[in-house]
Amino acid sequence: MPEFREKADVCIIGAGHAGCEAALACARLGLQTVIFTVNIESIAMMPCNPHIGGSSKGHLVREIDALGGEMGKNIDKTFLQSKMLNRSKGPAVHSLRCQADKAQYSRFMRMILENQENLTIKQTEVCELLFEDSIEKNTENDIKNRLDSIKKKIVGVKILTGGIYECRAVILCTGTYLNARCLCGEAITYTGPNGMQSSTHLSKALEKAGIKLRRFKTGTPARMDRRSIDFSKMEEQFGDERVIPFSYETNPEDVQIKQESCYLTYTNEETHNIIRANLDRSPIYAGVIEGTGPRYCPSIEDKVVKFSDKNRHQVFIEPEGKYSNEMYVDGMSSSLPEDVQLAMYRTVPGLEHCKIVRNAYAIEYDCIDPGQLQLTLEFKHIKGLFSAGQFNGSSGYEEAAAQGLIAGINAAREIQNKDQIVLDRSQAYIGVLIDDLVTKENTEPYRMMTSRAEYRLLLRQDNADLRLRKIGYEVGLISKEQYEYVCEKQKQIEEEINRLKKTVIGASKDIQEFLISKGSSPLRTGTSLAEIICRPEFTYESVAEIDKNRPLLSEAVIEQVNISIKYEGYIERQVRQVEQFKKLEKRFIPENICYEDISGIRIEARQKLAKHRPVSIGQASRISGVSPADISVLLVYIEQMKENSEKG
Amino acid sequence: MMTDTIAAIATAFSESGIGIIRISGENAFNIADKIFLRKKDFEEFCILEDKSDFKNKGFIKNAKAYTMHYGYILDGETVLDEVLVSVMRAPKSYTAEDVVEINCHGGIFILQKIMELVIRNGARVAEPGEFTKRAFLNGRMDLSEAEAVMDLIQSKNEFALQASIGQLKGSVSSIIKRLRSKIIYEIAFIESALDDPENYSTDGYGKKLFAVLEEVEGEVEDLIIHADDGRILKEGIQTVILGKPNAGKSSFLNELLGEEKAIVTDIAGTTRDALEENIKLGGINLHIIDTAGIRKTEDTVEKIGVEKARKYASEADLIVYIVDSSVNLDESDEEILEILKDKHFIVLLNKSDLNTAVTEKEVTNKLKDFSDYEIIKISALKHQGIDVFEEAVKKMFFNGTISFNNEVIITSMRHKEALLEAKESICMVKQSIDAGMSEDFYSIDLMNAYAALGRIIGEEVGDDLVNEIFEKFCMGK
Repeated sequence: MPEFREKADVCIIGAGHAGCEAALACARLGLQTVIFTVNIESIAMMPCNPHIGGSSKGHLVREIDALGGEMGKNIDKTFLQSKMLNRSKGPAVHSLRCQADKAQYSRFMRMILENQENLTIKQTEVCELLFEDSIEKNTENDIKNRLDSIKKKIVGVKILTGGIYECRAVILCTGTYLNARCLCGEAITYTGPNGMQSSTHLSKALEKAGIKLRRFKTGTPARMDRRSIDFSKMEEQFGDERVIPFSYETNPEDVQIKQESCYLTYTNEETHNIIRANLDRSPIYAGVIEGTGPRYCPSIEDKVVKFSDKNRHQVFIEPEGKYSNEMYVDGMSSSLPEDVQLAMYRTVPGLEHCKIVRNAYAIEYDCIDPGQLQLTLEFKHIKGLFSAGQFNGSSGYEEAAAQGLIAGINAAREIQNKDQIVLDRSQAYIGVLIDDLVTKENTEPYRMMTSRAEYRLLLRQDNADLRLRKIGYEVGLISKEQYEYVCEKQKQIEEEINRLKKTVIGASKDIQEFLISKGSSPLRTGTSLAEIICRPEFTYESVAEIDKNRPLLSEAVIEQVNISIKYEGYIERQVRQVEQFKKLEKRFIPENICYEDISGIRIEARQKLAKHRPVSIGQASRISGVSPADISVLLVYIEQMKENSEKG
Repeated sequence: MMTDTIAAIATAFSESGIGIIRISGENAFNIADKIFLRKKDFEEFCILEDKSDFKNKGFIKNAKAYTMHYGYILDGETVLDEVLVSVMRAPKSYTAEDVVEINCHGGIFILQKIMELVIRNGARVAEPGEFTKRAFLNGRMDLSEAEAVMDLIQSKNEFALQASIGQLKGSVSSIIKRLRSKIIYEIAFIESALDDPENYSTDGYGKKLFAVLEEVEGEVEDLIIHADDGRILKEGIQTVILGKPNAGKSSFLNELLGEEKAIVTDIAGTTRDALEENIKLGGINLHIIDTAGIRKTEDTVEKIGVEKARKYASEADLIVYIVDSSVNLDESDEEILEILKDKHFIVLLNKSDLNTAVTEKEVTNKLKDFSDYEIIKISALKHQGIDVFEEAVKKMFFNGTISFNNEVIITSMRHKEALLEAKESICMVKQSIDAGMSEDFYSIDLMNAYAALGRIIGEEVGDDLVNEIFEKFCMGK
């Protein structure tokens, strides 16, 4: 029988935010790449909220951009409104958030994919993964740990029609599509998000390959007809006057567009009464849903039940797109039946006569416990198989895109025999995200938060380029020109900080008058400009008058100089913490270690270590249930192993 | 990699008063130089009018390896002890690092003071088994000893953890839990506001937080003071009083308390199921627990009391069994004898002034399977026999039958270290508020305070923050 057979380097399964970044990275790094999607209309679809960015997620987008990803550039071309959140707070928590035109976002990303060299888009369902056994090194220790040393190796995928794509790496980016089930009260449909066809074959194939699956759930609110909403009863929410682009490549002048507004309204006791009276019809409260939902994005039912003392909750009405009348009802996701939904929404001021275009629903899907992955996002026991995005138990477009980019880079590098890229917790939010996923126990879809980043003062959205461009350049996704631009910026920042620290101003009459006029205390001795900027009442800009030899610098350089000087004490403390952290991250654990043998480690910790197989002492110490004493014992054991192997 | 400097009391404590403090790490010599003056330098120091003129020559830093030096430990201008200091240089020391050992002889109290001084000057309290761990990792031990080293680390840690929690008075651990929950609530609020700024406003929050921190700081300060006067831990020999109801347990305890006025009252707000007192008897600290009377019964309520007494007794270093000699021995006494198995105990024949129904011989008969005990006749009411009891306790202590709990001083040191760290972190937050920093800066130091307090009660940070955020704050968008 004739057989459909193609060859590629990398196959990407799924064309959501993770899949798109993964596919672009691979293709741009020179690999023949095929991206599979069950429906070509769903490329880079935003089936839930209409934002890109937000607290800590904005950081992720900036980092993706600094590394050479696409998300930042795409939203800069397709946003409707932009806001820098937390502007009144410290620079570490400033976060950019855009309202996206969903259709445009998807269309523009599809265009990028379609025109990318080396990249093929294929609409079909992948049903099977093809493996062969690969036996690695055959040392004595490896035989002892045979399970670890005999790895499967990916060699291709099989599609619904029976056709085969041979390849050397596969990246699973199946999002919420695997065995998806959508619930709206008593009405249950076996579809993916937005009524898309779900993937029903792959789960079984994954389990057959020894991958453990679990079930998560998430939900989305209703979309309403703009014409049925009375906005006069709501507070209008505007975007920033001066928009800052996400991407370092975007010309700031190009994003000064006429922005769309959002609207704020509130639920009330009447809303809550309707919800309470109908809880028994909610699939979650009636026990029909078995998946674990996210606590940070609770349904309105959850909010009313868990925070019963709150007599109102915020509801934001947000546009879905420029050429659409649909409005997203942010803050009121639900899986209640249609009739209850309508009654509940209609109690909200401004929504009294609302018409629902799409109902709110909850969705359940198969995903994995990411403890099965390495920090590179490759499966521990299957060579060449990578995964990213919601399939890994995360949530959010940005979290997905970040993982997709890293998985794409690493799949490509594996094929090209280059070292894998792992960002650590002190380098990027992306590092925190992946380390948390792989190392910690997550029982709900994982969302990024600034509080998860222990070194957040260093991981700012304003310095993502300074932190990561170099890596992007070495990987090959950032051009030489772009990299040199950042090097020059870095140089200017350092020189300017140096100059400010060295420039001592005396207590001359002019200076004293200047200081007093600004409500600051006069000088007693000569003081450096840096020390004056450090005073709470000053900034770099506001001391221009007494800084005669100031060079002409870009806004971006000035921002960095200002932050470095004003927060120097705090930043230095974090830098010292990072030094400590790095020491432990660099203490690598031998790959062939057999935890079952280390009787000095408590059994619970031994099992956790065996499950996660951390690469470093640092990573091991972050596994819950592993105590400092266990780590001490592990250090002693590793030392013993090392000496034994030197002798033997 | 482990270059920080650690210190510990290297010898078991005893009333004999000699003890060694060992310091290891790259700062060991510097620390020693900050607190030690050899005799000659000390004499120079003494005659100086203005002490600030004194130039510390850094004697230890320049001392030859394997030398011992006689001199004084000074805390500022105060002499703490007359000591011998030995100097060992890396890599030829136990840990293969620079090591200083201070041989003190001023007794437990002084040893503790010197240890604190060492910590204040830049060392940290060593983790259980840490000297051995360093010795091994620095290649000072044979490979064959690895197993033993690993077992030692784990068992010492488990013991220290148990000791740390076991010795902590119930009231203290509930205070710490309360402080921690206050702190984590504030962090969760800040983080929620940062995560969902459109939902949670931080207007005027700095002021509110400052007030909360003042309160927390006050309580931490109280705990630091109590750490010094021994009110945090159950210090001393764990002594449990057992006996039938009305045997005279309480009057005996009152008698002890009356003799020595060194009563340390407990921190207020305690909930206890037995009366606990710290007393000093002939220079020895006793932590006494007075249990409910033991009576053999089918009554569930009384059974619970007996079970508790049994539990206290099982953890005790010394049991005082009080027998009412005016009443015949019965089944309840049998019950008590069960508990006494494998324990060190003293039998007190109380009410020896009344008509005796129970003779010493009778009791001795009952105790024929036991070896390690004393029988003393007392009359608590008539103040007779307490001195004999005191002598008996002393004898048992000095011949090593019962011993002072070694771990307690180190535990208290670790607790104090953690409390001071928590206090410092809270002060940092207050400074940040004063300096007009934004809220996101507060949470760094708040988290440090939270983690430091957690160490005292053996709790890690883990996902506490994320859980608190989702539990207490409704994240909207």
